[in-house]
Amino acid sequence: MPAVTETIDTVQSLTQSGYKWGFETDIEMDIAPKGLTTDTVRMISAKKGEPEWLLEWRLAAFAAWEAMVEPNWAKVGYPKIDYQDIHYYAAPKRPAPKSLDDVDPELLAMYEKLGIPLKERAVLAGVEGAGMEGVIGSGNPNIAIDAVFDSVSVATTFRDTLAKSGVIFCPISEAVREHPELVRKYLGTVVPVSDNYFAALNSAVFTDGSFVFIPKGVRCPMELSTYFRINAKNSGQFERTLIIADDGAHVSYLEGCTAPMRDENQLHAAVVELVALDDAQIKYSTVQNWYPGDANGRGGIYNFVTKRAACRGARSKVSWTQVETGSAITWKYPSCILQGEGSVGEFYSVAVTNNRQQADTGTKMIHIGKNTRSTIVSKGISAGRSDNTYRGLVRILPRASGARNHTQCDSLLIGDQCGAHTVPYIESRNPTAKVEHEATTSKIAEDQLFYCRSRGLSEEDAVGLIVNGFCKEVLKELPMEFAVEAQKLLAVSLEGSVG
Amino acid sequence: MLSVNNLAARIEEKEILRGLSLDLPAGQVHAIMGPNGSGKSTLGYVLAGHEGYEVTGGSVTFGDADLLAMEPEARAAAGLFLAFQAPLELPGVNNANFLRTALNAIRRAHGEAELDAVGFLRLARAEAKRLAMPDDMLKRNVNVGFSGGEKKRNEVLQMAILRPKLAVLDETDSGLDIDALRIVADGVNALRGPEFSALVITHHQRLLDHLVPDRVHVLSKGRIVRSGGPELARELEANGYAGVVADAA
Amino acid sequence: MNQSLRNGADAYLARYQGLRGRLPGDAAIRDAAAAAFSEGGLPSMRDEDWRYTSLRGLAETDFQEPLSAVSTAPILGEAIDAPRLVLVDGRYQPGLSTPPAGVTVTPFSENPYFGRLPDIKCPMAALNTMLAEDGVQLHVAAGVDAGTLVLLSLAPDGHRPIAFHPRHGIHLEAGAKLTVLEISRGQGAYLHNAVTEAVVASGAVLTHIRLQAEGPEAFHVNTTFAEVAERGTYDAFVLTLGARVARTEIHARLIGPHGMVHLNGAQLLGGQQHGDITTVVAHDAPNCGSRQTIKNVLSDRSRGVFQGRIEVARVAQKTDGYQMNQALLLSPHAEIDCKPQLEIYADDVKCSHGATVGELDAEQLFYLRSRGVPDAEARAILVRAFLAEAMDPIAHPGARGLLERAIEQWWEHRP
Repeated sequence: MPAVTETIDTVQSLTQSGYKWGFETDIEMDIAPKGLTTDTVRMISAKKGEPEWLLEWRLAAFAAWEAMVEPNWAKVGYPKIDYQDIHYYAAPKRPAPKSLDDVDPELLAMYEKLGIPLKERAVLAGVEGAGMEGVIGSGNPNIAIDAVFDSVSVATTFRDTLAKSGVIFCPISEAVREHPELVRKYLGTVVPVSDNYFAALNSAVFTDGSFVFIPKGVRCPMELSTYFRINAKNSGQFERTLIIADDGAHVSYLEGCTAPMRDENQLHAAVVELVALDDAQIKYSTVQNWYPGDANGRGGIYNFVTKRAACRGARSKVSWTQVETGSAITWKYPSCILQGEGSVGEFYSVAVTNNRQQADTGTKMIHIGKNTRSTIVSKGISAGRSDNTYRGLVRILPRASGARNHTQCDSLLIGDQCGAHTVPYIESRNPTAKVEHEATTSKIAEDQLFYCRSRGLSEEDAVGLIVNGFCKEVLKELPMEFAVEAQKLLAVSLEGSVG
Repeated sequence: MLSVNNLAARIEEKEILRGLSLDLPAGQVHAIMGPNGSGKSTLGYVLAGHEGYEVTGGSVTFGDADLLAMEPEARAAAGLFLAFQAPLELPGVNNANFLRTALNAIRRAHGEAELDAVGFLRLARAEAKRLAMPDDMLKRNVNVGFSGGEKKRNEVLQMAILRPKLAVLDETDSGLDIDALRIVADGVNALRGPEFSALVITHHQRLLDHLVPDRVHVLSKGRIVRSGGPELARELEANGYAGVVADAA
Repeated sequence: MNQSLRNGADAYLARYQGLRGRLPGDAAIRDAAAAAFSEGGLPSMRDEDWRYTSLRGLAETDFQEPLSAVSTAPILGEAIDAPRLVLVDGRYQPGLSTPPAGVTVTPFSENPYFGRLPDIKCPMAALNTMLAEDGVQLHVAAGVDAGTLVLLSLAPDGHRPIAFHPRHGIHLEAGAKLTVLEISRGQGAYLHNAVTEAVVASGAVLTHIRLQAEGPEAFHVNTTFAEVAERGTYDAFVLTLGARVARTEIHARLIGPHGMVHLNGAQLLGGQQHGDITTVVAHDAPNCGSRQTIKNVLSDRSRGVFQGRIEVARVAQKTDGYQMNQALLLSPHAEIDCKPQLEIYADDVKCSHGATVGELDAEQLFYLRSRGVPDAEARAILVRAFLAEAMDPIAHPGARGLLERAIEQWWEHRP
């Protein structure tokens, strides 16, 4: 039965998997008919009032997509997706809000319920339980939020404050109108339209997403955050994010994602492009909590995402941190092209799969410039009947003298019905480069559990504690507000996996 | 406080405890001594509820409760504490966080309010200071990279914070120098009172010099073969187990 | 598919059609292999298992049948003092061989036994099944310690490019023991595409040491399927020195509890050589162990490849799997590609892999030189030290000495 007619409360009462974000919001929507042709692409472009160059760009992507085949190399299995059975455009009917006062109150209420109040005040504060060293100061960091609802940006907070320091943070559709020179200069330069099947699809039909530009020498005065929410039924979700950090600029960006619980699978194919120029630093953190489907693997999001950073400038640095607990299937490899001399790429990942979830995730570090460095820390936790794969590439090109990579890749199995897999590719063509890779697989030792329980912890708390310890190297990379949320998520995701 | 009656237990197919009986009244400290392989550590694990040991007979009453029917964490909540002979390492798990989680789980079980981070740290630091443990031991991961002596002291710190009714110390003295030994003994002595009992498993008299037991039991082949006052420990130290064990056999 | 690979595959298929009536053994097995080979063709870099190794050079060479008779006695080259079996151009030479006591030797041409392990999924093994003419089948009876045996494969002609596809079998019955030292040498352009099936019954120990010193224009493809029963041991070492393109592929499967597999090896490459070691260790039973240490020393424009997969099935609890792959790049134009993989379905296991890539440690080099060791010697010392971890488990003194001398020579004469 479709969840549309059910009230929030009944849906929640039916929830046994502990997915607390599974309610649906009743918003009047403007939805395009199902199907994908050049007309769909033109329609989306027209709805957005886009310039001719962008329509041409989309059409080129569509042509590329039509000529491509869906990739099948990942260790995931799912029924064939009917790309003609998807709505490619769904947007709240109200006209685009000019300020927070114009935002549909239903939407504000929904974000409030998700714990993301769209108000210009300190949000997401409160760090209770953040660990013992975590008795941190009471300074509430301000966070500017772009709320993206069904791939359409519905509200962006703190824009005026940001504008004062020259930071642009707005929906990408708005950036196309207001800052066409920037968008045109960078869009598709990190992930070309024909990069891969899902990126091509996204390029053809993306509806919105966030745009960030940090000018020369500016340290962004607050954390920037996009909160993605899928709501509409049978609609694909295709956001596009573009972040540019000019020379010496610094920014920390967070994204969070949730979706209603439905019996059907939904496709989410986003593209994120990051550009870091000389001495720029971008920290990109994700807590991915799309609906994972129920215990029998029914429903859930197909999360097929392309994320890539170009470290173009000397000494530039991009750090990806991800905590992946949601989605029925995750196919995602946030990558760094380390072109600038001395540039640095980092990837810190926790991927948890339970029940019937499948995750195939990792990173690519392409070392092109001299003295480039990369660090990969991946923690995979499999429980239930799930499969969890780390897939990563470290490539050292001949000119990357002095390049360094260190990879640590650990898997933890909970129960004997799940799988943990590690597939790293290491390619080096420079003798002065040093590459180190380590991978381990283990389970939670019975005596560790017993030790915790003999100190009074319940088995589930003990598992939570040990898993959090296992993930610590990654969790410490998250901004504090997210780290707390992520720790709780890990525990929720593994509920019912022991005993 | 603790009443062990004809307890039998095995690990895999091997019988270790074969009808062990023991009465430990509240407020007393008893020592368990015995040669290697006599079942001393097994007794500790069985009391704490290790699933690797199968109880094949007998009973254990703790207070009024049937101890063997309880989960390990319920035993801890009821006031049982086992200081492990080889404390486990928990990589990535912060020592203080671990202890606070344990303490609050036990407090919850007793219907007491949980301690917040600040309150807990105050308590933990004070106890650590009393045990001459550096503050940073609280910040480090549980037992990871600890020396043998530090691990043992960490067990005693846990005991001091969790305040059990019955502490089972499994060779907590092994690998300790004389100063550390005194610290451990002081840790236990500080808890002594009408409501606290301890079962001290040891090989050596020297811990018992600092931690004078009310009774000493000699364990051999899974059974208590002789019991006596503190002087029995000295006798064993002087003459070894051979005589005692042979007498019984 | 790449056109030259397709053409190459078609040439082999045409040859098979021509020879079909004359090849020994069960035609149905060969037809099935031919069908599989026809469908997949020669492996291309689009095949995940071959993504780092191109067979285009092989496809573009027009290899002929070996001549039916050996004209002159070939030079055997250095070996060790042990019974030996000699193959020339892939054909067993009883006149040159001294079969050992304790091992029953049957030429494949007399008793064409293809074995029972799956080969058809590996395209080069399928090619072998399709065209195999000869080889040796070794059998050691239960409880017999058959000592050491040298298996020498020579391709001495060097004047016309030939292809041969020997089919070997090594069957050790319960509690049997055997050490096989396999040496391959040759001259000129040729394809040596061997398949070996090793069956190690319960408690048996097979030590399988290989020295691959083919000629610099040769193509060497070697596929081994090993199956190890309860408490059996398959202990393999391969030293790759020769060939223009070499691929050593080992599939080892542990089917009984407490079995053990060692797959160690080293590749020392120079010039434009391409060396590929690919291993798959399948743990299909509980309490088994596997250990792999692979070292690559790459100079000039050479390219080393290591792919290693450890598979742990759900039943294989208490598996202890370890794999280490290390590469030294001695030149700015050398390349290493490495793909270690873990595929794990059991929860109570200890599996790890590691990989490192780098050059000789400048600090160590400096230290040695500051103590008066000349640069070249210091490098040689450090390279030997680098190889030691893989070499140390070789317990057979004769084989160890032979391999060490081969390494020494490689180092002195490396291009």
